[in-house]
Amino acid sequence: MLSRRLFLKSTALIGCSAAAHPLLSSATFAAAPGDNRLVVIILRGAMDGLDAFQPYGDRALGGLRRTLSLGPDHGATDLDGFFALHPALSELLPLWQAGQLTFAPAVSTPYRDKRSHFDGQNMLEAGTGTDLDLDAQQDGWLNRLLQAMPGQASETAYSVGVSQMRILQGQAPAKSWTPKAEMDLSPQAQQLLTRIYHDDPLFRDASTQAMEIVASLSPDLATGKPGQDHLEIARFAADRLNGQTRIASFSIGGWDTHAGQAGSLPRMLGRLADTILTLKADLGANWDRTTVMAMTEFGRTVRENGSAGTDHGTGGTLLVAGGAVRGGRAMGDWPGLAEGDLYDGRDLMPLRDIRAYAAWAMHAKFGVSRATLEGSVFPGLDMGSDPGMTA
Amino acid sequence: MPSYAEIAAIRLGFGLSPRLTSPADPAGMAASVAGSVRIGQGAVTLDRVRAWQDRGLDLGAAGRTGDPAARERDVAYRRRLGGIYRATIQNRFARAVDDPSGFGERLVWFWADHFTVTGGTVYWNLMTDAFVQDAIRPHLNGRFADMMLAAETHPAMVRYLDQDRSVGPNSARARRNPDKPLGLNENLAREMIELHSLGVGADYSQQDVTQLAELLTGLAYHPRQTGIFRPVQAEPGAETVLGASYGGGRASLDDIRGVIADLARHPATARHIARKMAVHFVADDPPQPLVDRLAAVFVDTGGDLGAMNLTLAQAPELQQQFRQKMRQPFDFLVAAMRSLGIDGLRVRAMKPPQVQRLLLQPMTAMGQAWGSPLGPDGWPEEQAAWASPQGLAMRITWALSAPSLLADPLPDARTLLRTALGDTASEALSWAVPRAEARPRAWP
Repeated sequence: MLSRRLFLKSTALIGCSAAAHPLLSSATFAAAPGDNRLVVIILRGAMDGLDAFQPYGDRALGGLRRTLSLGPDHGATDLDGFFALHPALSELLPLWQAGQLTFAPAVSTPYRDKRSHFDGQNMLEAGTGTDLDLDAQQDGWLNRLLQAMPGQASETAYSVGVSQMRILQGQAPAKSWTPKAEMDLSPQAQQLLTRIYHDDPLFRDASTQAMEIVASLSPDLATGKPGQDHLEIARFAADRLNGQTRIASFSIGGWDTHAGQAGSLPRMLGRLADTILTLKADLGANWDRTTVMAMTEFGRTVRENGSAGTDHGTGGTLLVAGGAVRGGRAMGDWPGLAEGDLYDGRDLMPLRDIRAYAAWAMHAKFGVSRATLEGSVFPGLDMGSDPGMTA
Repeated sequence: MPSYAEIAAIRLGFGLSPRLTSPADPAGMAASVAGSVRIGQGAVTLDRVRAWQDRGLDLGAAGRTGDPAARERDVAYRRRLGGIYRATIQNRFARAVDDPSGFGERLVWFWADHFTVTGGTVYWNLMTDAFVQDAIRPHLNGRFADMMLAAETHPAMVRYLDQDRSVGPNSARARRNPDKPLGLNENLAREMIELHSLGVGADYSQQDVTQLAELLTGLAYHPRQTGIFRPVQAEPGAETVLGASYGGGRASLDDIRGVIADLARHPATARHIARKMAVHFVADDPPQPLVDRLAAVFVDTGGDLGAMNLTLAQAPELQQQFRQKMRQPFDFLVAAMRSLGIDGLRVRAMKPPQVQRLLLQPMTAMGQAWGSPLGPDGWPEEQAAWASPQGLAMRITWALSAPSLLADPLPDARTLLRTALGDTASEALSWAVPRAEARPRAWP
């Protein structure tokens, strides 16, 4: 089920009719998938973790950066005497203080050296190692999680927004929706449409479902304002997670800060903070059972470049928030920024596979066994020791 | 009773337009494909992309030295090329909107999807458009073997399926670099058999794939080197693919030409291509007699695609299997613009934000992000893949709001029904349209 080829083989084994509706038997609806919620946000473009969570306690930092990652003396908030929170993330400070925010400062996927956004994001969403051909990997790790989860239904997982989410692609049925699809139909138009589609089961079912989704939405979901897409998406995700949905995934693009990062990154960090706080507000009491993981394809160069920006790197930062999180501290070790500590003499050295954190979250929150996680969700991964990320 | 022109325009093209007259008979339909073979002035081709890459290598290197001005020049250059790429997308829409029959442009999409390539960087995005001009359009009415050769040896394909990373284990290059992990990459070899020619169900073995991979070593591209073959990384010795032996002398592109010619005329290839065309143009589960006729024509003519096009245009199944296919999002948007009477000039004149808002973002939300199919098997064919709740909702949302930004004045709904569907409109639709309320609204 990892590559297109294996997928072809497995469909042949199951037989077509079973493969078409592998999860629609009545028995699968019997068990509920539990009460815990997971939100995965893909930060497309490579977020500069060294600027979001600034390791100002590392004495090498000042020599590497002139206009970026300036630490507590320039508006960042000290977190623990070593890391400081970028000013644009300061709205998240109450979460940190409440133990609902944490981060792993030096993680990566197994992807190395070519530093292409395209390949990096594919690998992050496929969740596989380097032994498989990237273009052949058509299913994502959240979908493989679904396949391993007990009692899931088609409402269990949602990808939200217009961006294609490979992470949820695969055999297990999952829903996708964008708040842009308002489908604002008058009762008369709805009736006419129902009649036109009546004799076509495919269109009839799809339009019925679409109308149900639209009808179940809170009326003020779509702001219609430019630059507010992330809030629409967060509201929609929360709306679903308050219902039957347990897994939601979406992306926020725009992190590729090659130039003038001090101007562009704060806007993106502000969006990320607003997204998380919108999720928290709209999830209400369900926030306590929610884990939000914001992941990016790789980190950025430790040195500021000639255009006051940063270039594609290796080790990056994972941000985790939620009421179900044991935060208020950084997770994992710090590799250091001295010349000899760097990867390839230019990038932050990754110390742990980002997939290990995701795997431990799924183990804790959805009861998926370690064998399944290391065998099929993230094939070949060694989860290592429990980072104690969730409560 | 719908006319041939109506049926053919809807099934083989992008539907009717009040501006255009579709051919009234199969011969005219097949002949119309010639219009899509033509490559317009200033079209993107390999030579141009090579020159852009050549200059981009210098600008990129200078930009990485830390000189802010050099960096700005590199960024500006890539931004300018990004504009050219966007124009190529608008051009694809415009040609489809203006094509009287639509058949040729549908075939361009079909073959470009059969030989799927994707880009990534602005240079390689442009290369995917060059691929259409260099490898697809010239052969729409030509021989399948020629199209296959052009596609498999095009830089866009060589890079997309990792052929440029494949090095013969006993090649001169591998022997000179014993410390480097150089070796075979089977990706192109496998897809060449499995997707591009024989098909996955055909009779071949892993051994054939490995041997073909060895035979293909040497195919590689660099913008500063001419040609597409580097003997230095070719595996020495002869290889046996499907029982036939190739190479053995001095490694050259001719060995690869030979195996592609044989794969292209294999009987399994005839059946695979015949079925794929019938699935794409007629029905997800096509009538076997149509598949058999197409396969026979492929065999008899040695893979003459012009003859295949004519056989399709003549097929009574176009009428018999009416409404058996769901338009893919690109086809849907083109069909909608055609029915509104919009012309290619208008599409080419669209400003970048409008292209995003009215075409590319909706297409993505409908499930077809431009140039980004998930794998080398291209876009899915089956209706169920496109009729998702979100996909359908986006089509309805688009239909409710985008036309008022594209056409002024909007046509009367009853007129639109006539011009878009002619005598093919269903009873239910003909009943419903006059009862619709007029309520255009703004696209978000």
